[in-house]
Amino acid sequence: MHIPDGFINGTTSLGAVVIAAGGVGGALRRSATRLKDRQIPLAGLVAAFVFVLQMLNFPVLPGMSGHLLGGALAAILMGPSVAVVVVSVVIILQAMLFADGGVSALGLNLINMAVVTTLSGWIMFRLVRAPFRPSRRAVLGASFVAATLSVVVSAVLFVVEYAIGGVGGVNLLNVLLLMAGSHLLIGIGEGFITVAVVGAVLQARPDLVFGASDLAAEGGPRLPMKRFWILAGVAGAVLVSLTVFASSNPDGLQWVAEQTGFAQTAQGSLTATSPLSNYGTSGLSDAAGRIVAALVGIVVTFLLGWGTLAILRRRSPA
Amino acid sequence: MSGGHAHALHIHGHSVVHRLPGHLKVAALVLFVAAVVATPARAVWAFGLDAAVLGLVAGLAGVPARFIARRMLVEVPFLAFAVLLPLVGEGPFFEFGGVRLSEAGLLAAWTILAKGSCGVVASILLAATTEIPDILAGLNRLRVPKAIVAIAGFMVRYLEVISGEVARMRVAMAARGYEPKSFWQVRALATSAGALFIRSYERGERVYMAMVSRGYAGTMPTFGETPTMTTDVVRALTLPGLAIITAAVALVVSG
Repeated sequence: MHIPDGFINGTTSLGAVVIAAGGVGGALRRSATRLKDRQIPLAGLVAAFVFVLQMLNFPVLPGMSGHLLGGALAAILMGPSVAVVVVSVVIILQAMLFADGGVSALGLNLINMAVVTTLSGWIMFRLVRAPFRPSRRAVLGASFVAATLSVVVSAVLFVVEYAIGGVGGVNLLNVLLLMAGSHLLIGIGEGFITVAVVGAVLQARPDLVFGASDLAAEGGPRLPMKRFWILAGVAGAVLVSLTVFASSNPDGLQWVAEQTGFAQTAQGSLTATSPLSNYGTSGLSDAAGRIVAALVGIVVTFLLGWGTLAILRRRSPA
Repeated sequence: MSGGHAHALHIHGHSVVHRLPGHLKVAALVLFVAAVVATPARAVWAFGLDAAVLGLVAGLAGVPARFIARRMLVEVPFLAFAVLLPLVGEGPFFEFGGVRLSEAGLLAAWTILAKGSCGVVASILLAATTEIPDILAGLNRLRVPKAIVAIAGFMVRYLEVISGEVARMRVAMAARGYEPKSFWQVRALATSAGALFIRSYERGERVYMAMVSRGYAGTMPTFGETPTMTTDVVRALTLPGLAIITAAVALVVSG
């Protein structure tokens, strides 16, 4: 997932640097009170932990493996703003020291892996937890959903960046299907690992899990159901419309690219001159079918989360 | 533990490249990569020139080609993507050895190969010729936020400690006859990752206590910065300067 130099054109990369600087800067300001002097050695150690964790490869399918992004995990363990800072440090050092991810693509990699994975993971974690009373099960189920979807969000974001300023030459729908499909599998792996890590920490030092800091007050207040359904509805609608927009309409992405002027650079003009082929011919073309597919994908992810919970509950002695 | 000891990516030496101050080298890396990315992909000769200049720097610094080649393996996943591009790309197509290749896809693959490789080699050269504390000090001088640099410093210092911890956990597991290989055993792996997090966090707390008891009051002491010499600036700018000129010429000629 680390984007190298030259994969996305200069203009887009530069724009990404500005956005990433804003995101990381905002996280730094928000975490300033917690990061003061006390937390800096701690954050450094946790950054080393995330770095080591990212070297941990796990098999997804025969011949294909994924590595942990760790953004959602970091957010659940340390809270979103500290997590963004910590994962950013990891990404910066990977580019400077290990040549992993291009220096010019640093902004893109920071957005994909440090800012958006972490924040989207945190938002989904809160959202899934919202309707349930604070409990170990709710935290673990939400961790699974958040970690899985955060990887998919990051992959889709990559496709958006590729559409805006990529080297081009490929049918965007293929890129999207390839990235989203493979990363759903990688995401499920990330989900399982995140649940196990959060579970292990919850057992030994529950006070270290930021996302479970309300667990002490078991049976405490919860979000009113009405507000939850509104939130869930908005999130679902955004997810579905994004999926449909992106998969049915790469020309739409192209249009956005041209509107923002990014497509008019040396590399971008490649995609502009190669006419995008007609997507409306395959069996996938039916818009209703795509909405159903998106819904099914979301439901399956949630079911997997609750399934994990069921297994965990059966195994735990309580 | 105080940093400064050699790391695996570093090639010890006293060349001109080694002696340049960290912040100039980091700036040179950023400028060079920016120039490479801005170069139009169709100007194949420009990338040949960039590669030649990189080779010259490597020779000057005494970084062996084999070391660079081995470190370039990080590029492999994206090279696999690049190889796919001409096969799955869009028309117009042409035949090569009985295989139908896409022109746009081939150009895209070349772009990734050329620009990605130049960027990777440049980063490898920075890491090979600069001690980590110098890179961190350089980032500091380039006005990267202090908190980021400080966290990075701790991360780098304890990276080996944490990886050592992982290795010990693996040995302990293997010694008990358990070596997780398939996906279904991921639980064991992840549980030890949980233990690793707690160990890292608690070590962080201990490190902080140890620092406070030795007089830490929120900022690390800095030792007077050496003033930047004009000759150093000129030397550091040679590599990115050549790349920028190359990119400019390439833009005019084939842009």
